[in-house]
Amino acid sequence: MSQDLTPESVIGPGQTLSSVTDKINDIVVKQKIRPGWVLGFFISFCLLNGFFLTVALLFKYGVGIWGITVPVGWGFDIINFVWWIGIGHAGTLISAILLLFRQDWRTSINRFAEAMTLFAVACAATYPILHMGRPEVGAYWVLPYPNFMGMWPQFRSPLMWDVFAISTYGLTSLLFWLVGLVPDFATLRDHSPHLWQRKIYGICSLGWRGSAVHWNRYETIYLILAGLATPLVLSVHTIVSFDFAIGIVPGWHTTIFPPYFVAGAIYSGFAMVLTLMIPTRYFFGLYDFITPRHLNAMAKVMLLTGLIVAYGYLIEGFIGWYSSSEYERFMLINRFVGPYRYFYWALLACNVVIPQLLWFRKLRRNVPFLFLISLIINTGMWLERFIIIVVSLSADFLPAAWGMYYPTTFDWTMFIGTIGLFFSLLFIFIRVLPLISVFEMRVLVTEEDHKRKGKPHA
Amino acid sequence: MKNESDNKMWRSIEEQEGKHVPQARFNPFNNDFLSRREFMEWSSGMVAVLSASACTRMPQQKIVPYNKTPEKVVPGKPLYFATTMTLNGRAIGVLAESHMGRPTKLDGNALHPASLGGSDAYAQAAVLGLYDPDRSQSLNMAGSPMYWENAAASLNAIAKNHLARRGEGFRILTEPVVSPSLAAQIDAFVAANPAAQWHQYEPVHRDTEREGALMAFGEDVASVYAFKPAEVVVSLDSDFLMEPANPRYARDFASNRTMLQGSHGMSRLYSAEASPTITGAKADNRIVARASEVEQIAAALAQACGVSVQGTPSVTAAHKKWVQAAAEDLKKHEGASLVVPGRWQTPLVHALAHAMNARLRNVGKTVRYTAPVEVHSVAQSDSIKRLALDMQAGKVETVLILGGNPVYNAPSDVKFSESLSKVKNRIHCGLYVDETASQCNYHIPEAHFLESWGDARAYDGTASLIQPLIAPLYGGKTYSEVLAAFSGDANAKSYDQVRAYWKGKAGGDFERSWTRWLNEGVVEGSASADKRVALRAEGSWAKVGRAPTATSMEVIFRPDATMFDGRFSNNGWLQEMPKPLSKLTWDNAAFVSAATAAALGIKNEQVIRIVWGGKSVDAPVWILPGHADNSVTLPLGYGRTHAGRLGTGTGFNAYSLRPSGSTWSFAGVEIAKTDKQYRLANTQSHANMEGRPIVRTATLAKAQKDHHWTHIHMHVPERLQNVDVGTAGGEHAPVAPAQYQWGMAINLSACNGCNSCVVACQAENNIPNVGKEEVIRGREMHWINLDRYYEGDTANPDTHFQPRMCVQCETAPCEVVCPVGATAHDNEGLNNMVYNRCVGTKYCSNNCPYKVRHFNFFEYTKTITPSMKMVQNPDVTVRGRGVMEKCTYCVQRISEARITAKNEGRKIRDGEVKTACQTACPSQAIFFGDISNPNSLVSKIKAESHNYGLLEELNTKPRTTYLGKVTNPNTALSAEKS
Amino acid sequence: MSQLFGRSANTLALLTISVVLLLGGIGVGLAYAIQGSSYVTEVNTFKAQPVPFSHQHHVGGLGIDCRYCHTSVETSAVAGVPPVDTCMNCHKMMWADAPMLKPIRDAHKTGEAIEWNQVNKVPEFVYFNHSAHINKGVSCVSCHGQVNEMPLMRKTQTLYMGFCLDCHRNPQANLRPVEAVTDMDWHPDEEWKKKDKLVHHGIHPKKNFEVHQLTNCSMCHR
Repeated sequence: MSQDLTPESVIGPGQTLSSVTDKINDIVVKQKIRPGWVLGFFISFCLLNGFFLTVALLFKYGVGIWGITVPVGWGFDIINFVWWIGIGHAGTLISAILLLFRQDWRTSINRFAEAMTLFAVACAATYPILHMGRPEVGAYWVLPYPNFMGMWPQFRSPLMWDVFAISTYGLTSLLFWLVGLVPDFATLRDHSPHLWQRKIYGICSLGWRGSAVHWNRYETIYLILAGLATPLVLSVHTIVSFDFAIGIVPGWHTTIFPPYFVAGAIYSGFAMVLTLMIPTRYFFGLYDFITPRHLNAMAKVMLLTGLIVAYGYLIEGFIGWYSSSEYERFMLINRFVGPYRYFYWALLACNVVIPQLLWFRKLRRNVPFLFLISLIINTGMWLERFIIIVVSLSADFLPAAWGMYYPTTFDWTMFIGTIGLFFSLLFIFIRVLPLISVFEMRVLVTEEDHKRKGKPHA
Repeated sequence: MKNESDNKMWRSIEEQEGKHVPQARFNPFNNDFLSRREFMEWSSGMVAVLSASACTRMPQQKIVPYNKTPEKVVPGKPLYFATTMTLNGRAIGVLAESHMGRPTKLDGNALHPASLGGSDAYAQAAVLGLYDPDRSQSLNMAGSPMYWENAAASLNAIAKNHLARRGEGFRILTEPVVSPSLAAQIDAFVAANPAAQWHQYEPVHRDTEREGALMAFGEDVASVYAFKPAEVVVSLDSDFLMEPANPRYARDFASNRTMLQGSHGMSRLYSAEASPTITGAKADNRIVARASEVEQIAAALAQACGVSVQGTPSVTAAHKKWVQAAAEDLKKHEGASLVVPGRWQTPLVHALAHAMNARLRNVGKTVRYTAPVEVHSVAQSDSIKRLALDMQAGKVETVLILGGNPVYNAPSDVKFSESLSKVKNRIHCGLYVDETASQCNYHIPEAHFLESWGDARAYDGTASLIQPLIAPLYGGKTYSEVLAAFSGDANAKSYDQVRAYWKGKAGGDFERSWTRWLNEGVVEGSASADKRVALRAEGSWAKVGRAPTATSMEVIFRPDATMFDGRFSNNGWLQEMPKPLSKLTWDNAAFVSAATAAALGIKNEQVIRIVWGGKSVDAPVWILPGHADNSVTLPLGYGRTHAGRLGTGTGFNAYSLRPSGSTWSFAGVEIAKTDKQYRLANTQSHANMEGRPIVRTATLAKAQKDHHWTHIHMHVPERLQNVDVGTAGGEHAPVAPAQYQWGMAINLSACNGCNSCVVACQAENNIPNVGKEEVIRGREMHWINLDRYYEGDTANPDTHFQPRMCVQCETAPCEVVCPVGATAHDNEGLNNMVYNRCVGTKYCSNNCPYKVRHFNFFEYTKTITPSMKMVQNPDVTVRGRGVMEKCTYCVQRISEARITAKNEGRKIRDGEVKTACQTACPSQAIFFGDISNPNSLVSKIKAESHNYGLLEELNTKPRTTYLGKVTNPNTALSAEKS
Repeated sequence: MSQLFGRSANTLALLTISVVLLLGGIGVGLAYAIQGSSYVTEVNTFKAQPVPFSHQHHVGGLGIDCRYCHTSVETSAVAGVPPVDTCMNCHKMMWADAPMLKPIRDAHKTGEAIEWNQVNKVPEFVYFNHSAHINKGVSCVSCHGQVNEMPLMRKTQTLYMGFCLDCHRNPQANLRPVEAVTDMDWHPDEEWKKKDKLVHHGIHPKKNFEVHQLTNCSMCHR
């Protein structure tokens, strides 16, 4: 990567308006398909088919093909659901909140993060339906609509709230992303070599001509959507956390859950952004657009949210002791020394201990290290959901009813399958859309220019 | 001899058509994996499924009315008939529920002395056996199917041939016969053929009882115990609470320990046993003694009670203290005490028990003697041995085996199967083409007792009639019909035979009394009269042998808690019923104590080889707390080779080691470790209460001092404390008003963990079996979990039982979390479960603190064969895949009663609605009724000071509450236990 | 550079959007229509029967009471379809050799049961009890319609859950004096119209919970 980069700069030097445009657009319109891309897409597509096969079996035989049982009625299905939703959060946060806070470093990563959000939500959305014993009716019985049974769904149930939370979140993110894409579609339309490409991008760009009026409308709607999306960052995972907090299971029944889930979500979200950004940056040589400044900033966010999560664990422990509730206490002890103890220790290592290394400025700028730690945090956050769901359920109130949970092959194929879905979408995205917002980068270029020339920005 | 392939033709139709769908071995992958077509079909995905299910058209159904409506049948209303079930040489009167001619449920007959309304798990499960598709379904004569007429003819020919020689070479082998009419018939046959012989054998026999009686009195008598008046009971390795076909003992025993409604005293039970039983679990002072030590202990106890026994019994110090304490107690309660010898013990123990009961003046009060219940009581192990020897010696040309399965369960040393092959005509009549049938060249399918006429005598000699509820499904014949065929009467009907017999007995108007007997299910006044017996001088028999060597390994044989002697092998309900103490299903295991396991270095599920006298059997180990050291218990009844789809291949066959001599236990077996593992399906992994007040216990002394002893709350808000949930007002008023508020109370002092309720519930509520693999995954569906907790040291712990079913919380955590409102509260306080609304999120189960909800992870019911469908209760929905289910307080019975009451313009009477578990419970531990009515029995019970709600600190306000478990240990002993 | 799209593009775009929305609406509407159509509900669709039994003739014409054939309607959950014997009671004498009644006579001779096609049915997981309704003054007509005017039996109500709930939420409209439940052309007189039917049927107004109770799940589902 180019060395003459100042830590603060969000864009490499010598990047002109045109160079930016070409650099990013070429990935889509000019570049030949690379074997690396083909391989990657092929692998993820195979995994995706594993997912489809599992779903087929699921419909034929029922959820019994999973390891779930009584008492552990939720397993990988809900773990993965929460995990994916959590990952989704970074996108909205980056694009919406950071926009409102006028963080210029968001520009080069927001498009990518938003895409990631959408795909993560897509993965997450499969589980709430597929985890049902009777999805063929459950899929629409949970929706409120007048019917011949004279029945409504029950609005007291957190699962009901989920239905709305997730759909709202998915919809808003999609709109936000699409609107943000419109100007770039236009750019692509104008730079595409082939007519058919121009036609397609033309349709997508909704007749964007870049006139002042267009820009004016664009800015307005984009800001409004940002305003809408911001509360969602907090609400969605809050509601997801209610799935547990509303329950009376020791280890679920906790008021700390909403903030602690949201923090955890952002934590894992940023980790995932890094996990994806770093290789992309490397493969497409986007060093000038995704600079150490970005990585550094994201690392800091992870450090912060990681600390909040750690605080969450602390409080859980404290309450376990302070509540003087037999069951709460046992739940805690069970996590440390119970049959699943290794998972809990691993969780603490991944989410609390190791991330403390991010305090060191040097490490925050060490790209391979960041990549590694992002992977560790992703694992840790998955383990967190495993602990919350499985370990709490496996030993609750009556010892006679305790039982262990062992995932089956199909739990894994389902999980890996969604990862396949995620990456398949991602690979397609990289090929057909600019993975960095072109026009925003151009704005950035001019701003940087002004900075260098010491002139105030008009 | 027939080989496997021949047998196949005798299996069910389904199998012949290649549809091999074991009813309970559920594994989605064992039959067909996704075909390409199915794959396309299914991977075309949710959309297809959704659109398919969006617009549903109901299938066209036919109404097929009767041509002539049978009398008394009102469509949609069940009928009840009194009949009788026979097991292990004893009869129990049952009431059979019949829906449009299909018997669907058996319950105890309140008028029958052995039942008084209660029933055991075997009686509850028997109805499933009727519809078993693996039952023998056609006549097989010399290898080829044929009609009954021809069969009867050839049987008659055989008989004629023997008759010429006064019955020379003709043998009849039956299980002990308690049917007066059948016995009379056999006697007549033997009289006509003087040289013919009648043998009786059953693996779980009463030889030791018989010999004991002979030893003590010089004549064979049956002892009938009365537990009600017994203040002190000493059980010498006896399991009287599990007495086959006799829940009466459990009922009487419990009735003396209810601690309810002012009865603030309770009897005390001392128990010395080697292999843990539920009787031992209920004991107030239990010692663990190796089977061979019990005789010594008995002798010591007898001496302490003033019986002059020669020799000095060698008893350990700890046991001595127990003996002394027990002896004092016994003497203190002369005339109100009882010594019960176990049938697994030596004749001497029985004789000593008789002597003690005589000394303690118990005879006539807590124990009485009658003529044997069996019409001809014989020493069964000898009987089978003689038959085997004669067959071996070629003295037998024809053997008629009426029931029983000697090839499988005869003593290993008599080599029954090989001797049998020397017999020319091997005729077998039985319910299944079992091990014996497959070695016979003549097989006649037997009629199930619900298909046949007959009679049988109960433990006290009371006779009752067996009447059919359905015509033989598979053309079965009764024993008497088969016998009649021998004497040339092919068309004899056991109906006439039974009537003929009783016509002779009945004085006065026979028709009237016959009808009454059928209605009431009891032949009144038929109980056998007391028999005056004189104790022979102790000098002539009471000698205690030398003490056993403590080191040598002992093997103990016991009938299995669910399979009994193996006859129930193909009964899915019993196969999946967790055994009371080990909580194992689908297999038997070699039980050992923790200490012995440690000494041998073996772990649970590790396979060991038990070697003795050149024979050996491989068995997986299961450590059973409270088991005697240096002993291993091998439950009988498993390892069948021709049981049917479910029974075949489960567990190991302990008979292969069991000799005819000392048939219940003997020392000197070798145990060899193997490195094999065998997965056992256990339903309760954690037996420790973790110090939580789940089963709340107190000694009698404590209970009498502190009446609120069960109210030990863990962090319960003030306002919730010491309030009886449901009945009280204010905070605890029902969430919605209604005419009735249903509630249940379970008396843990009475519950003995016998499992009767579990099967009763399964039968009443169409609960599917899931099979071993699913049980291993913890997916068993029983609505009642009979929890077993241990307290104290593993060498000899206190054992607690707690039936755990949905407690119908007033403020139910499951209800708020269901997204579609499939589980909702109703005005009468029930927590309704609406299967057809359930979408299967499983959230309710996760949020249920009692974990009493059960989920249909697969289409468990799809494996039910057509004949099995007939046993299902038409008043209860059969649940499909992907829905949650749980105890409903038998809502179908409540609705039925409510509608009847409304139609008759009255209120539901107290006790009019009985849940299935309540009806079945032999010890009356379960109370159910309207708790808003202060005068209802259940309200009175719940008003008891030691009534408590499980997990009430969660403010779930359970409608089902428990009455704390009171025990009555001897304070002199309660300090230390052996 | 050259124009990618012609003038029509804008109109086309608008059109597409509106059409998509329209189709969505139609789809939903269609789903409702089909589920409510007589194709699915089988309301007012006739079914061929082995014997074209006419309620119009027997009930309307001859004035035979429902309970003459449906004997268990007052005592049991099921009303009961009459056995062949019941038919023969009369048809031994009248129309004794009408070809139309041959199946009946055959059944009577051979003992081979007659298979009628069920017309009014609720799903297996619904436990409807005739006696409970009959004895509380809910008329046959409420669910089965004017049977006395049906030459061939037909369904007059969907018997969907919604239909049941309408009445279970407010029974008043469908209550009659018990003695009038089988009366096909009963009309409420003024006095009855004024009356509180619940009270008449012994449901105390204070204990109005018994009405709420009618919507408990356990009322129909077990």
